[in-house]
Amino acid sequence: MISPKVIREDILRMIHSAGSGHPGGSLSLVEILIHLYWKEMRIDPDNPQWEDRDRLVLSKGHGAPALYSILARRGFFSTDKLDTLRKFGSGLEGHPHMQSLPGLDCSTGSLGQGLGIAAGLALGLSIRKSPARVFCILGDGELQEGSIWESAMSIPSLKQTNLIAIVDRNHVQLDDAVKRIMPLEPLADKWRAFGWTVATCDGHDLTDLERVFSTVTDRPLVIIAETVKGKGVSFMENLAMWHGKAPDDRQLQKALEELE
Amino acid sequence: MRATREGYIEGLLEAGERDSRVIVVDGDVSRSTGTTAFRKKFPERFFNLGIAEQNMAEYCAGLALAGFIPFYSTYAVFAAGRAWDQIRTSICNMNLNVRIGGAHGGTSVGPDGSTHQALEDIAITRVLPNMTVLVPADASQTRQAVLASLEIDGPVYIRYGRNPIPEIYDRNKSVVPGKGHLLQEGGHASIIAVGAMVASSLEAARTLSKKGIDVSVADMVSIKPLDTDLIRHLAGSSEVIITAEDHQIAGGLFGAVAEYLSVSCPRRIIPVGVQDRFGCSGTPEEVMVHCGLTAEAIAEKVEEALIN
Repeated sequence: MISPKVIREDILRMIHSAGSGHPGGSLSLVEILIHLYWKEMRIDPDNPQWEDRDRLVLSKGHGAPALYSILARRGFFSTDKLDTLRKFGSGLEGHPHMQSLPGLDCSTGSLGQGLGIAAGLALGLSIRKSPARVFCILGDGELQEGSIWESAMSIPSLKQTNLIAIVDRNHVQLDDAVKRIMPLEPLADKWRAFGWTVATCDGHDLTDLERVFSTVTDRPLVIIAETVKGKGVSFMENLAMWHGKAPDDRQLQKALEELE
Repeated sequence: MRATREGYIEGLLEAGERDSRVIVVDGDVSRSTGTTAFRKKFPERFFNLGIAEQNMAEYCAGLALAGFIPFYSTYAVFAAGRAWDQIRTSICNMNLNVRIGGAHGGTSVGPDGSTHQALEDIAITRVLPNMTVLVPADASQTRQAVLASLEIDGPVYIRYGRNPIPEIYDRNKSVVPGKGHLLQEGGHASIIAVGAMVASSLEAARTLSKKGIDVSVADMVSIKPLDTDLIRHLAGSSEVIITAEDHQIAGGLFGAVAEYLSVSCPRRIIPVGVQDRFGCSGTPEEVMVHCGLTAEAIAEKVEEALIN
Protein backbone atom coordinates (compact mmCIF):
# COMPACT_ATOMS: atom_id res chain seq x y z
CA MET A 1 0.00 0.00 0.00
CA ILE A 2 1.13 3.52 -0.66
CA SER A 3 1.67 6.06 2.09
CA PRO A 4 -1.00 8.77 2.41
CA LYS A 5 1.87 11.24 2.72
CA VAL A 6 2.95 10.57 -0.88
CA ILE A 7 -0.54 11.25 -2.21
CA ARG A 8 -0.89 14.43 -0.14
CA GLU A 9 2.47 15.70 -1.41
CA ASP A 10 1.35 15.01 -4.98
CA ILE A 11 -1.93 16.87 -4.43
CA LEU A 12 -0.24 19.94 -2.98
CA ARG A 13 2.47 20.06 -5.66
CA MET A 14 -0.05 19.53 -8.47
CA ILE A 15 -2.38 22.29 -7.33
CA HIS A 16 0.55 24.62 -6.62
CA SER A 17 1.90 24.00 -10.10
CA ALA A 18 -1.52 24.44 -11.71
CA GLY A 19 -2.15 27.68 -9.82
CA SER A 20 -5.74 26.60 -9.16
CA GLY A 21 -7.68 23.59 -7.95
CA HIS A 22 -9.33 22.18 -4.84
CA PRO A 23 -6.90 21.19 -2.07
CA GLY A 24 -9.40 20.92 0.81
CA GLY A 25 -11.69 18.28 -0.66
CA SER A 26 -8.78 16.43 -2.28
CA LEU A 27 -6.85 16.06 0.99
CA SER A 28 -9.95 14.75 2.77
CA LEU A 29 -10.31 11.94 0.21
CA VAL A 30 -6.85 10.41 0.40
CA GLU A 31 -7.34 7.40 2.67
CA ILE A 32 -10.73 6.54 1.12
CA LEU A 33 -9.11 6.35 -2.31
CA ILE A 34 -6.07 4.45 -1.03
CA HIS A 35 -8.33 1.85 0.51
CA LEU A 36 -10.39 1.55 -2.69
CA TYR A 37 -7.47 1.32 -5.12
CA TRP A 38 -5.12 -0.83 -3.06
CA LYS A 39 -7.52 -3.05 -1.08
CA GLU A 40 -11.08 -2.96 -2.28
CA MET A 41 -11.39 -2.67 -6.04
CA ARG A 42 -10.72 -5.43 -8.55
CA ILE A 43 -8.78 -3.53 -11.20
CA ASP A 44 -5.96 -4.07 -13.66
CA PRO A 45 -3.85 -0.98 -14.45
CA ASP A 46 -2.52 -2.76 -17.55
CA ASN A 47 -6.05 -3.25 -18.82
CA PRO A 48 -8.04 -0.17 -17.79
CA GLN A 49 -10.96 -1.15 -20.06
CA TRP A 50 -11.34 -4.64 -18.53
CA GLU A 51 -15.10 -5.26 -18.73
CA ASP A 52 -15.44 -6.84 -15.30
CA ARG A 53 -13.34 -4.32 -13.39
CA ASP A 54 -14.82 -2.55 -10.42
CA ARG A 55 -15.64 1.07 -11.22
CA LEU A 56 -15.26 4.35 -9.39
CA VAL A 57 -17.50 7.35 -9.97
CA LEU A 58 -16.00 10.38 -8.24
CA SER A 59 -19.22 12.34 -8.06
CA LYS A 60 -17.40 15.19 -6.30
CA GLY A 61 -15.29 15.70 -9.41
CA HIS A 62 -13.35 18.58 -7.87
CA GLY A 63 -11.44 15.94 -5.89
CA ALA A 64 -9.69 15.12 -9.18
CA PRO A 65 -6.12 15.85 -7.98
CA ALA A 66 -6.43 13.11 -5.35
CA LEU A 67 -7.77 10.64 -7.90
CA TYR A 68 -5.08 11.52 -10.46
CA SER A 69 -2.32 10.98 -7.93
CA ILE A 70 -3.86 7.64 -6.93
CA LEU A 71 -4.21 6.47 -10.54
CA ALA A 72 -0.63 7.44 -11.38
CA ARG A 73 0.79 5.84 -8.23
CA ARG A 74 -1.27 2.70 -8.97
CA GLY A 75 0.28 2.51 -12.44
CA PHE A 76 -2.45 3.68 -14.81
CA PHE A 77 -0.14 6.39 -16.20
CA SER A 78 3.22 7.94 -15.46
CA THR A 79 3.66 10.06 -12.34
CA ASP A 80 5.57 12.48 -14.60
CA LYS A 81 2.21 13.64 -15.90
CA LEU A 82 1.02 14.84 -12.50
CA ASP A 83 2.52 18.31 -12.78
CA THR A 84 0.45 18.93 -15.93
CA LEU A 85 -2.76 19.21 -13.89
CA ARG A 86 -5.21 21.70 -15.45
CA LYS A 87 -2.76 22.62 -18.19
CA PHE A 88 -3.64 22.87 -21.86
CA GLY A 89 -3.25 19.58 -23.69
CA SER A 90 -2.83 17.58 -20.48
CA GLY A 91 -5.23 14.71 -19.88
CA LEU A 92 -5.49 15.89 -16.30
CA GLU A 93 -8.52 18.11 -16.81
CA GLY A 94 -9.75 20.35 -14.00
CA HIS A 95 -12.54 17.85 -13.44
CA PRO A 96 -12.21 14.19 -14.53
CA HIS A 97 -12.73 13.71 -18.26
CA MET A 98 -12.97 10.01 -19.01
CA GLN A 99 -11.78 10.10 -22.62
CA SER A 100 -8.67 12.09 -21.72
CA LEU A 101 -6.99 9.82 -19.18
CA PRO A 102 -6.61 6.05 -18.65
CA GLY A 103 -8.18 4.68 -15.48
CA LEU A 104 -11.15 7.04 -15.31
CA ASP A 105 -14.47 5.18 -15.37
CA CYS A 106 -16.67 8.27 -15.65
CA SER A 107 -16.47 12.00 -16.31
CA THR A 108 -17.83 14.11 -13.49
CA GLY A 109 -17.84 17.70 -12.34
CA SER A 110 -21.41 18.94 -12.18
CA LEU A 111 -22.41 17.99 -8.64
CA GLY A 112 -25.35 15.70 -7.95
CA GLN A 113 -25.06 13.45 -10.99
CA GLY A 114 -22.58 10.75 -9.99
CA LEU A 115 -24.84 8.63 -7.80
CA GLY A 116 -27.42 8.16 -10.56
CA ILE A 117 -24.71 7.39 -13.12
CA ALA A 118 -23.13 4.87 -10.73
CA ALA A 119 -26.57 3.32 -10.26
CA GLY A 120 -27.18 3.02 -14.01
CA LEU A 121 -23.71 1.54 -14.45
CA ALA A 122 -24.31 -0.95 -11.62
CA LEU A 123 -27.68 -1.85 -13.13
CA GLY A 124 -26.09 -2.48 -16.52
CA LEU A 125 -23.34 -4.60 -14.96
CA SER A 126 -25.89 -6.70 -13.07
CA ILE A 127 -27.97 -7.21 -16.24
CA ARG A 128 -24.77 -8.44 -17.90
CA LYS A 129 -24.22 -10.71 -14.88
CA SER A 130 -20.84 -9.13 -14.30
CA PRO A 131 -19.41 -9.56 -10.79
CA ALA A 132 -18.11 -5.98 -10.93
CA ARG A 133 -19.08 -3.48 -8.26
CA VAL A 134 -19.45 0.28 -8.53
CA PHE A 135 -18.17 2.71 -5.90
CA CYS A 136 -19.42 6.28 -5.81
CA ILE A 137 -17.80 9.01 -3.74
CA LEU A 138 -20.03 11.94 -2.82
CA GLY A 139 -19.17 15.19 -1.16
CA ASP A 140 -21.26 16.19 1.82
CA GLY A 141 -22.03 19.62 0.40
CA GLU A 142 -23.06 17.81 -2.77
CA LEU A 143 -25.88 16.13 -0.85
CA GLN A 144 -27.72 19.45 -1.07
CA GLU A 145 -28.39 18.63 -4.75
CA GLY A 146 -31.94 17.28 -5.12
CA SER A 147 -30.93 14.80 -7.81
CA ILE A 148 -28.88 12.88 -5.21
CA TRP A 149 -32.08 12.08 -3.36
CA GLU A 150 -33.82 10.97 -6.54
CA SER A 151 -31.06 8.40 -6.89
CA ALA A 152 -31.10 7.63 -3.17
CA MET A 153 -34.76 6.66 -3.63
CA SER A 154 -34.38 4.60 -6.79
CA ILE A 155 -31.34 2.50 -5.78
CA PRO A 156 -33.07 0.69 -2.87
CA SER A 157 -36.28 0.47 -4.90
CA LEU A 158 -34.40 -1.51 -7.57
CA LYS A 159 -32.69 -3.55 -4.81
CA GLN A 160 -29.26 -2.64 -6.14
CA THR A 161 -26.53 -4.05 -3.94
CA ASN A 162 -23.56 -4.03 -6.34
CA LEU A 163 -23.04 -0.37 -5.58
CA ILE A 164 -21.50 1.28 -2.52
CA ALA A 165 -21.86 5.00 -1.90
CA ILE A 166 -19.24 6.79 0.20
CA VAL A 167 -19.87 10.24 1.65
CA ASP A 168 -16.69 12.25 2.20
CA ARG A 169 -18.12 13.96 5.28
CA ASN A 170 -15.63 16.79 5.65
CA HIS A 171 -18.24 19.28 6.94
CA VAL A 172 -17.10 22.22 4.80
CA GLN A 173 -18.32 23.48 1.43
CA LEU A 174 -17.20 26.33 -0.82
CA ASP A 175 -18.74 29.20 1.11
CA ASP A 176 -18.73 28.00 4.70
CA ALA A 177 -19.37 25.07 7.05
CA VAL A 178 -22.07 22.76 5.66
CA LYS A 179 -24.13 23.17 8.81
CA ARG A 180 -24.17 26.94 8.35
CA ILE A 181 -25.18 26.83 4.67
CA MET A 182 -27.75 23.98 4.61
CA PRO A 183 -27.48 21.48 7.45
CA LEU A 184 -27.61 17.76 6.58
CA GLU A 185 -28.18 16.20 10.01
CA PRO A 186 -29.62 13.80 10.87
CA LEU A 187 -27.72 12.49 7.85
CA ALA A 188 -27.60 8.77 8.67
CA ASP A 189 -31.32 8.81 9.45
CA LYS A 190 -32.03 10.37 6.06
CA TRP A 191 -30.24 7.55 4.22
CA ARG A 192 -31.85 4.88 6.43
CA ALA A 193 -35.28 6.38 5.75
CA PHE A 194 -34.58 6.02 2.02
CA GLY A 195 -33.84 2.29 2.48
CA TRP A 196 -30.06 2.19 2.84
CA THR A 197 -27.79 0.48 5.33
CA VAL A 198 -25.58 3.16 6.83
CA ALA A 199 -22.09 2.54 8.20
CA THR A 200 -19.88 5.26 9.61
CA CYS A 201 -16.14 5.33 10.05
CA ASP A 202 -13.08 7.48 10.51
CA GLY A 203 -12.32 8.31 6.88
CA HIS A 204 -8.61 8.79 7.66
CA ASP A 205 -8.12 5.44 9.42
CA LEU A 206 -7.29 2.69 6.94
CA THR A 207 -8.15 -0.07 9.44
CA ASP A 208 -11.52 1.46 10.16
CA LEU A 209 -12.14 1.87 6.42
CA GLU A 210 -11.38 -1.81 5.85
CA ARG A 211 -13.81 -2.75 8.60
CA VAL A 212 -16.65 -0.65 7.29
CA PHE A 213 -16.29 -1.73 3.65
CA SER A 214 -16.82 -5.33 4.77
CA THR A 215 -20.26 -4.54 6.21
CA VAL A 216 -22.63 -7.34 5.27
CA THR A 217 -26.09 -6.19 4.25
CA ASP A 218 -28.84 -7.07 1.80
CA ARG A 219 -29.59 -3.39 1.23
CA PRO A 220 -27.56 -0.78 -0.64
CA LEU A 221 -24.68 0.39 1.57
CA VAL A 222 -23.69 4.00 2.18
CA ILE A 223 -20.55 4.70 4.13
CA ILE A 224 -20.39 8.03 5.90
CA ALA A 225 -16.66 8.61 6.24
CA GLU A 226 -15.92 11.31 8.80
CA THR A 227 -13.06 13.34 7.37
CA VAL A 228 -11.27 16.64 7.80
CA LYS A 229 -11.26 19.09 4.93
CA GLY A 230 -7.65 19.98 4.15
CA LYS A 231 -6.45 17.03 6.27
CA GLY A 232 -2.75 17.08 7.13
CA VAL A 233 -2.04 20.76 6.57
CA SER A 234 -2.79 22.72 9.74
CA PHE A 235 -3.52 26.02 8.06
CA MET A 236 -5.90 24.41 5.54
CA GLU A 237 -7.85 22.14 7.88
CA ASN A 238 -11.57 22.88 8.27
CA LEU A 239 -11.34 26.17 6.40
CA ALA A 240 -13.71 26.97 3.54
CA MET A 241 -11.15 29.37 2.05
CA TRP A 242 -9.05 26.33 1.05
CA HIS A 243 -11.92 24.69 -0.83
CA GLY A 244 -10.67 26.01 -4.13
CA LYS A 245 -7.39 27.90 -3.76
CA ALA A 246 -3.83 27.01 -4.74
CA PRO A 247 -1.01 27.40 -2.21
CA ASP A 248 1.73 29.89 -3.13
CA ASP A 249 5.44 28.95 -2.96
CA ARG A 250 5.79 29.69 0.74
CA GLN A 251 2.54 27.96 1.66
CA LEU A 252 3.55 24.89 -0.34
CA GLN A 253 6.87 24.64 1.52
CA LYS A 254 5.17 25.01 4.87
CA ALA A 255 2.51 22.43 3.97
CA LEU A 256 5.09 19.88 2.78
CA GLU A 257 7.10 20.33 5.98
CA GLU A 258 3.99 19.63 8.04
CA LEU A 259 3.03 16.36 6.36
CA GLU A 260 3.94 13.26 8.28
CA MET B 1 -53.66 10.02 -39.77
CA ARG B 2 -51.43 8.65 -37.02
CA ALA B 3 -49.57 10.16 -34.09
CA THR B 4 -45.79 10.02 -34.37
CA ARG B 5 -45.65 8.42 -30.91
CA GLU B 6 -47.15 5.30 -32.50
CA GLY B 7 -44.15 5.13 -34.80
CA TYR B 8 -41.81 5.66 -31.86
CA ILE B 9 -43.21 2.61 -30.07
CA GLU B 10 -43.12 0.48 -33.22
CA GLY B 11 -39.50 1.49 -33.65
CA LEU B 12 -38.67 0.67 -30.02
CA LEU B 13 -40.20 -2.80 -30.28
CA GLU B 14 -38.22 -3.55 -33.43
CA ALA B 15 -35.05 -2.06 -31.97
CA GLY B 16 -35.50 -4.25 -28.90
CA GLU B 17 -35.72 -7.31 -31.12
CA ARG B 18 -32.78 -6.37 -33.29
CA ASP B 19 -30.39 -5.42 -30.52
CA SER B 20 -30.26 -6.95 -27.05
CA ARG B 21 -28.42 -3.83 -25.81
CA VAL B 22 -31.62 -1.77 -26.11
CA ILE B 23 -33.11 -0.83 -22.75
CA VAL B 24 -36.17 1.38 -22.27
CA VAL B 25 -36.57 3.68 -19.29
CA ASP B 26 -39.68 5.71 -18.59
CA GLY B 27 -40.53 8.44 -16.08
CA ASP B 28 -44.04 7.51 -14.93
CA VAL B 29 -45.67 8.33 -18.25
CA SER B 30 -45.41 4.91 -19.89
CA ARG B 31 -49.17 4.65 -20.41
CA SER B 32 -49.07 8.02 -22.10
CA THR B 33 -45.90 7.57 -24.16
CA GLY B 34 -46.84 3.97 -24.92
CA THR B 35 -43.67 2.31 -23.63
CA THR B 36 -45.89 -0.16 -21.74
CA ALA B 37 -45.81 -2.16 -24.99
CA PHE B 38 -42.04 -2.52 -24.62
CA ARG B 39 -42.42 -3.51 -20.97
CA LYS B 40 -44.82 -6.29 -21.95
CA LYS B 41 -42.49 -7.65 -24.61
CA PHE B 42 -39.16 -7.19 -22.83
CA PRO B 43 -39.92 -6.91 -19.10
CA GLU B 44 -36.30 -7.53 -18.13
CA ARG B 45 -35.18 -4.56 -20.24
CA PHE B 46 -37.73 -2.00 -19.07
CA PHE B 47 -37.45 0.27 -16.03
CA ASN B 48 -39.92 2.84 -14.77
CA LEU B 49 -37.91 5.23 -12.61
CA GLY B 50 -40.75 7.45 -11.54
CA ILE B 51 -41.09 11.21 -11.67
CA ALA B 52 -37.38 11.91 -11.42
CA GLU B 53 -36.06 12.98 -14.81
CA GLN B 54 -32.57 13.94 -13.66
CA ASN B 55 -32.07 10.51 -12.11
CA MET B 56 -33.51 8.87 -15.23
CA ALA B 57 -30.98 10.65 -17.46
CA GLU B 58 -28.17 9.70 -15.06
CA TYR B 59 -29.20 6.02 -15.01
CA CYS B 60 -29.16 6.06 -18.80
CA ALA B 61 -25.67 7.55 -18.80
CA GLY B 62 -24.57 4.72 -16.51
CA LEU B 63 -26.31 2.05 -18.60
CA ALA B 64 -24.53 3.42 -21.69
CA LEU B 65 -21.21 3.26 -19.81
CA ALA B 66 -21.98 -0.42 -19.19
CA GLY B 67 -22.39 -0.96 -22.95
CA PHE B 68 -26.16 -0.71 -23.35
CA ILE B 69 -28.25 1.54 -25.62
CA PRO B 70 -30.81 3.07 -23.26
CA PHE B 71 -33.84 4.96 -24.60
CA TYR B 72 -35.54 7.19 -22.09
CA SER B 73 -38.75 9.01 -22.81
CA THR B 74 -41.10 11.39 -21.14
CA TYR B 75 -42.83 14.63 -22.10
CA ALA B 76 -40.33 16.59 -24.22
CA VAL B 77 -40.40 19.56 -21.82
CA PHE B 78 -39.07 17.34 -19.05
CA ALA B 79 -36.99 14.94 -21.18
CA ALA B 80 -34.93 17.78 -22.60
CA GLY B 81 -35.46 20.58 -20.09
CA ARG B 82 -35.66 19.09 -16.62
CA ALA B 83 -32.57 16.95 -17.16
CA TRP B 84 -30.62 19.39 -19.34
CA ASP B 85 -27.49 19.58 -17.21
CA GLN B 86 -27.37 15.77 -17.05
CA ILE B 87 -27.76 15.64 -20.84
CA ARG B 88 -25.02 18.20 -21.29
CA THR B 89 -22.43 17.27 -18.70
CA SER B 90 -22.90 13.55 -18.36
CA ILE B 91 -24.44 12.27 -21.61
CA CYS B 92 -23.03 14.61 -24.27
CA ASN B 93 -19.67 15.34 -22.66
CA MET B 94 -18.95 11.60 -22.45
CA ASN B 95 -20.54 11.09 -25.92
CA LEU B 96 -22.70 8.28 -24.57
CA ASN B 97 -25.16 6.19 -26.58
CA VAL B 98 -28.25 7.48 -24.82
CA ARG B 99 -31.41 8.02 -26.89
CA ILE B 100 -33.82 10.64 -25.57
CA GLY B 101 -37.44 10.43 -26.63
CA GLY B 102 -39.08 13.83 -26.43
CA ALA B 103 -42.72 12.80 -26.37
CA HIS B 104 -45.65 15.16 -26.89
CA GLY B 105 -43.41 17.72 -28.60
CA GLY B 106 -44.72 21.13 -29.59
CA THR B 107 -48.37 22.07 -29.32
CA SER B 108 -49.52 18.45 -29.83
CA VAL B 109 -50.30 18.20 -26.13
CA GLY B 110 -52.87 21.02 -26.54
CA PRO B 111 -55.29 20.85 -23.59
CA ASP B 112 -52.50 20.41 -21.02
CA GLY B 113 -51.51 23.99 -21.72
CA SER B 114 -48.28 25.96 -21.74
CA THR B 115 -46.47 24.05 -18.97
CA HIS B 116 -46.54 20.83 -20.97
CA GLN B 117 -46.02 22.16 -24.49
CA ALA B 118 -42.36 21.75 -25.40
CA LEU B 119 -41.58 24.68 -27.68
CA GLU B 120 -37.89 25.02 -26.82
CA ASP B 121 -36.60 21.43 -26.83
CA ILE B 122 -35.01 21.55 -30.30
CA ALA B 123 -33.07 24.68 -29.37
CA ILE B 124 -31.68 23.34 -26.11
CA THR B 125 -30.67 19.96 -27.51
CA ARG B 126 -29.29 21.28 -30.78
CA VAL B 127 -26.66 23.44 -29.07
CA LEU B 128 -25.03 20.47 -27.36
CA PRO B 129 -21.81 19.04 -28.85
CA ASN B 130 -22.06 15.37 -29.97
CA MET B 131 -25.87 15.44 -30.01
CA THR B 132 -27.92 14.32 -33.03
CA VAL B 133 -31.40 15.87 -33.23
CA LEU B 134 -34.12 14.16 -35.28
CA VAL B 135 -37.63 15.59 -35.72
CA PRO B 136 -39.68 13.14 -37.81
CA ALA B 137 -42.73 14.24 -39.80
CA ASP B 138 -44.96 11.18 -39.55
CA ALA B 139 -45.33 7.86 -37.74
CA SER B 140 -43.38 5.80 -40.29
CA GLN B 141 -40.50 8.23 -40.24
CA THR B 142 -40.47 8.20 -36.44
CA ARG B 143 -40.16 4.42 -36.50
CA GLN B 144 -37.29 4.79 -38.94
CA ALA B 145 -35.65 7.47 -36.78
CA VAL B 146 -35.63 5.10 -33.82
CA LEU B 147 -34.08 2.34 -35.92
CA ALA B 148 -31.55 4.75 -37.47
CA SER B 149 -30.49 5.83 -33.98
CA LEU B 150 -29.14 2.32 -33.33
CA GLU B 151 -26.36 3.03 -35.82
CA ILE B 152 -25.42 6.47 -34.46
CA ASP B 153 -22.35 6.81 -32.27
CA GLY B 154 -23.28 9.21 -29.47
CA PRO B 155 -26.44 10.74 -28.00
CA VAL B 156 -29.62 11.24 -30.02
CA TYR B 157 -32.70 13.34 -29.31
CA ILE B 158 -35.88 12.27 -31.12
CA ARG B 159 -38.89 14.57 -30.91
CA TYR B 160 -42.34 13.24 -31.59
CA GLY B 161 -45.98 14.13 -30.90
CA ARG B 162 -49.26 12.94 -29.51
CA ASN B 163 -51.68 14.41 -32.03
CA PRO B 164 -52.59 12.34 -35.14
CA ILE B 165 -51.07 13.90 -38.27
CA PRO B 166 -51.14 12.95 -41.97
CA GLU B 167 -48.92 10.12 -43.16
CA ILE B 168 -46.33 11.14 -45.71
CA TYR B 169 -43.75 8.43 -46.03
CA ASP B 170 -43.58 4.88 -47.22
CA ARG B 171 -42.88 2.52 -44.33
CA ASN B 172 -39.47 1.60 -45.74
CA LYS B 173 -38.17 5.13 -46.36
CA SER B 174 -35.15 5.28 -44.13
CA VAL B 175 -33.84 8.13 -41.97
CA VAL B 176 -30.20 9.08 -42.43
CA PRO B 177 -28.53 11.57 -40.06
CA GLY B 178 -27.55 14.68 -42.01
CA LYS B 179 -30.09 14.00 -44.75
CA GLY B 180 -33.41 15.74 -45.28
CA HIS B 181 -35.98 14.92 -47.94
CA LEU B 182 -36.99 17.10 -50.88
CA LEU B 183 -40.68 16.27 -51.22
CA GLN B 184 -41.53 18.52 -54.15
CA GLU B 185 -39.79 21.12 -56.27
CA GLY B 186 -40.99 24.51 -57.45
CA GLY B 187 -39.13 27.64 -58.44
CA HIS B 188 -40.96 30.47 -56.70
CA ALA B 189 -40.04 29.78 -53.09
CA SER B 190 -38.82 26.98 -50.82
CA ILE B 191 -40.39 25.77 -47.59
CA ILE B 192 -38.22 23.86 -45.14
CA ALA B 193 -40.27 22.21 -42.40
CA VAL B 194 -40.03 19.71 -39.56
CA GLY B 195 -42.44 17.51 -37.65
CA ALA B 196 -46.15 18.18 -37.98
CA MET B 197 -45.42 21.27 -40.09
CA VAL B 198 -44.23 19.15 -43.02
CA ALA B 199 -47.76 17.99 -43.80
CA SER B 200 -49.01 21.54 -43.32
CA SER B 201 -46.35 22.77 -45.75
CA LEU B 202 -47.44 20.25 -48.37
CA GLU B 203 -51.00 21.47 -47.91
CA ALA B 204 -49.86 25.07 -48.26
CA ALA B 205 -48.02 24.11 -51.45
CA ARG B 206 -51.23 22.67 -52.93
CA THR B 207 -53.13 25.88 -52.14
CA LEU B 208 -50.39 28.01 -53.66
CA SER B 209 -50.21 25.83 -56.73
CA LYS B 210 -53.85 26.64 -57.51
CA LYS B 211 -52.82 30.29 -57.57
CA GLY B 212 -49.95 29.58 -59.93
CA ILE B 213 -47.24 29.68 -57.29
CA ASP B 214 -44.91 26.69 -57.33
CA VAL B 215 -42.84 26.01 -54.22
CA SER B 216 -40.33 23.43 -53.09
CA VAL B 217 -41.09 21.60 -49.87
CA ALA B 218 -38.30 19.96 -47.89
CA ASP B 219 -38.46 17.93 -44.69
CA MET B 220 -35.43 18.65 -42.47
CA VAL B 221 -35.88 15.57 -40.28
CA SER B 222 -32.20 15.77 -39.31
CA ILE B 223 -31.89 19.18 -37.69
CA LYS B 224 -28.48 18.18 -36.43
CA PRO B 225 -26.45 17.32 -38.38
CA LEU B 226 -28.20 19.72 -40.75
CA ASP B 227 -28.57 18.75 -44.42
CA THR B 228 -26.59 21.69 -45.75
CA ASP B 229 -26.46 20.26 -49.30
CA LEU B 230 -30.24 20.35 -49.45
CA ILE B 231 -30.38 23.91 -48.06
CA ARG B 232 -27.77 25.06 -50.57
CA HIS B 233 -29.75 23.43 -53.37
CA LEU B 234 -32.92 25.23 -52.29
CA ALA B 235 -31.10 28.53 -51.90
CA GLY B 236 -29.83 28.15 -55.44
CA SER B 237 -33.24 27.52 -56.90
CA SER B 238 -35.37 30.12 -55.09
CA GLU B 239 -35.07 33.71 -53.90
CA VAL B 240 -36.87 33.17 -50.62
CA ILE B 241 -36.90 30.40 -48.03
CA ILE B 242 -39.65 29.86 -45.47
CA THR B 243 -39.06 27.68 -42.43
CA ALA B 244 -41.98 26.02 -40.61
CA GLU B 245 -41.80 24.47 -37.16
CA ASP B 246 -43.98 23.73 -34.14
CA HIS B 247 -41.35 25.35 -31.88
CA GLN B 248 -39.96 28.77 -30.94
CA ILE B 249 -38.36 30.33 -34.00
CA ALA B 250 -35.38 31.33 -31.83
CA GLY B 251 -32.92 28.48 -31.79
CA GLY B 252 -35.04 25.92 -33.60
CA LEU B 253 -35.24 25.04 -37.29
CA PHE B 254 -35.27 28.72 -38.29
CA GLY B 255 -32.21 29.29 -36.15
CA ALA B 256 -30.38 26.33 -37.66
CA VAL B 257 -31.20 27.23 -41.27
CA ALA B 258 -30.48 30.93 -40.73
CA GLU B 259 -27.12 30.16 -39.12
CA TYR B 260 -26.09 28.12 -42.12
CA LEU B 261 -27.43 30.47 -44.80
CA SER B 262 -25.99 33.62 -43.24
CA VAL B 263 -22.50 32.20 -43.45
CA SER B 264 -22.66 30.19 -46.65
CA CYS B 265 -25.19 31.65 -49.09
CA PRO B 266 -27.26 34.51 -47.71
CA ARG B 267 -30.91 34.39 -48.74
CA ARG B 268 -34.08 35.98 -47.52
CA ILE B 269 -35.53 33.64 -44.90
CA ILE B 270 -38.93 33.98 -43.26
CA PRO B 271 -39.95 31.96 -40.21
CA VAL B 272 -43.26 30.32 -39.44
CA GLY B 273 -43.12 29.21 -35.83
CA VAL B 274 -43.87 30.29 -32.30
CA GLN B 275 -42.93 33.95 -31.84
CA ASP B 276 -41.34 34.18 -28.39
CA ARG B 277 -44.47 33.30 -26.44
CA PHE B 278 -45.97 30.44 -24.44
CA GLY B 279 -48.86 28.33 -25.66
CA CYS B 280 -52.18 27.85 -23.90
CA SER B 281 -54.89 25.24 -23.42
CA GLY B 282 -57.12 24.24 -26.30
CA THR B 283 -57.27 21.49 -28.88
CA PRO B 284 -53.93 21.11 -30.69
CA GLU B 285 -55.62 22.57 -33.77
CA GLU B 286 -56.86 25.62 -31.84
CA VAL B 287 -53.46 26.22 -30.28
CA MET B 288 -51.78 25.88 -33.65
CA VAL B 289 -54.12 28.48 -35.14
CA HIS B 290 -53.47 30.71 -32.13
CA CYS B 291 -49.71 30.41 -32.60
CA GLY B 292 -49.86 30.80 -36.39
CA LEU B 293 -48.78 27.23 -37.14
CA THR B 294 -51.12 26.36 -40.01
CA ALA B 295 -51.00 25.63 -43.73
CA GLU B 296 -52.83 28.93 -44.26
CA ALA B 297 -50.19 30.83 -42.30
CA ILE B 298 -47.43 29.24 -44.35
CA ALA B 299 -49.19 30.03 -47.65
CA GLU B 300 -49.73 33.63 -46.55
CA LYS B 301 -46.03 34.05 -45.69
CA VAL B 302 -45.04 32.73 -49.11
CA GLU B 303 -47.43 35.09 -50.90
CA GLU B 304 -46.32 38.08 -48.80
CA ALA B 305 -42.70 37.26 -49.48
CA LEU B 306 -43.25 37.07 -53.22
CA ILE B 307 -45.12 40.40 -53.31
CA ASN B 308 -42.58 42.29 -51.21
